[in-house]
Amino acid sequence: MYGGGYIFDEPNKRPMQDTIDDPVKLAEFEQRIADGHKIEPGDWMPNDYRKQLIRMIEQHAHSEIIGALPEGTWITRAPGFKRKLALIAKVQDEIGHGQLLYNAAQTLGKSREAMINDLLSGKSKYSNVFNYPAETWADVTVIGFLIDAAAIVNQVANAKGSYGPYCRALERICYEESFHLKQGHDAFIELATGTPMQRQMVQDALNRWWQPIMHFFGPPDKTSVHSEKLMKWKVKMASNDDMRNQFLDAYVPKIWELGLTLPDENLKKDEATGKWLFSDPDWDLFMKVINGGGPCNAERLQVRKWAEESGRWIRKALMNPNAARSFPVA
Amino acid sequence: MLNESLDPRVNRLKLGHEGEVVTIVEGENWNAYEVFHQEKRGAHHEHVGSVQAPSAELALVFAKEQFARRKRCVNLWVVRSADILAFDVEDEDMFATNLEKTYRDASGFKVMEKINKFKGKK
Repeated sequence: MYGGGYIFDEPNKRPMQDTIDDPVKLAEFEQRIADGHKIEPGDWMPNDYRKQLIRMIEQHAHSEIIGALPEGTWITRAPGFKRKLALIAKVQDEIGHGQLLYNAAQTLGKSREAMINDLLSGKSKYSNVFNYPAETWADVTVIGFLIDAAAIVNQVANAKGSYGPYCRALERICYEESFHLKQGHDAFIELATGTPMQRQMVQDALNRWWQPIMHFFGPPDKTSVHSEKLMKWKVKMASNDDMRNQFLDAYVPKIWELGLTLPDENLKKDEATGKWLFSDPDWDLFMKVINGGGPCNAERLQVRKWAEESGRWIRKALMNPNAARSFPVA
Repeated sequence: MLNESLDPRVNRLKLGHEGEVVTIVEGENWNAYEVFHQEKRGAHHEHVGSVQAPSAELALVFAKEQFARRKRCVNLWVVRSADILAFDVEDEDMFATNLEKTYRDASGFKVMEKINKFKGKK
């Protein structure tokens, strides 16, 4: 699961370098995309296309891996055997998605090791929602239902993009995410239709998660700088505001019909325009959390570093010193 | 220092200090293998993606976890990505005339016209 939005900004706030691309090849490339054809790893592509795709797919991969941490912690405490099995399956899927995505990013020329090093050093980001803690089982149900739903909105859009390996990975991912959403919805409904105490638990979790969910699709379109070219190249398939609206339209009614509330008194649909209205989320907080200031940023990265260091001996023990380096071809 | 984590397992780990630098070296994540999946006996093996593994044997184990943990599968193949030989995508135009070769196609032969014409003459 993953939400985009902020990923197109140069991490060091430098203006993006437009290296000069051959204008004839660029025109052919753009025509190919306009005709609805996919771009494959060996194809000529503009430098910026390659750079933006690497950044996007890599950060998507990191999000899958880091996203498994807040949920993984709940496997031992999930209520009941079936929910434990489902949660183990979901967490395994998320790690598998990370693997698929690292492979897709590698076809663009960045090694997996370089991507992991950039995650560990904080240079490369991941989805902001995973920097918040899952305090109770109700939080896990809200993540499984609403964060996965939001991720599906984003991933279904991206699966129609122009880069072949990313689309193929996303197709498999979306298929598995539909199970995640369903099991999350089931666990959420169980609480929402349960005892007064269960309903209170799920209401509290909604109150905690609403702001991170509103942040999920990234800042409003009016502040986004690079979108136009990336939409033309079918790297970015829908604007942040459009995806957020699509999500609100599908899921807010599903929450309200259960008699639950959302912590935003301005949230309502403008029936005339079809657009949802809401209070402006705190974008300063969003930036602060991206840059390391969230409640769980430090813990997430330190757990990843621990895993890399503790797993090193077995990676080395299995290594074949004579194997020549190879990257995925598709 | 970290505050107490909500995750009891995290609290049992001896995590390093914030800001500690951990670097993995190039090659530590092994090599890429392409994976081919056979859905049922008699069907072709179809390419489904790739895995990173230190050997072909382990690539098969990882491929099973990654590509055969749901739905039907009767067999998997793996092959080192470096051993795949493919045409250069720049040479795609060599296939351009395929659709014009109607002499290689059943649709390129219209016998009924001739038969009907012959019958019509009688």
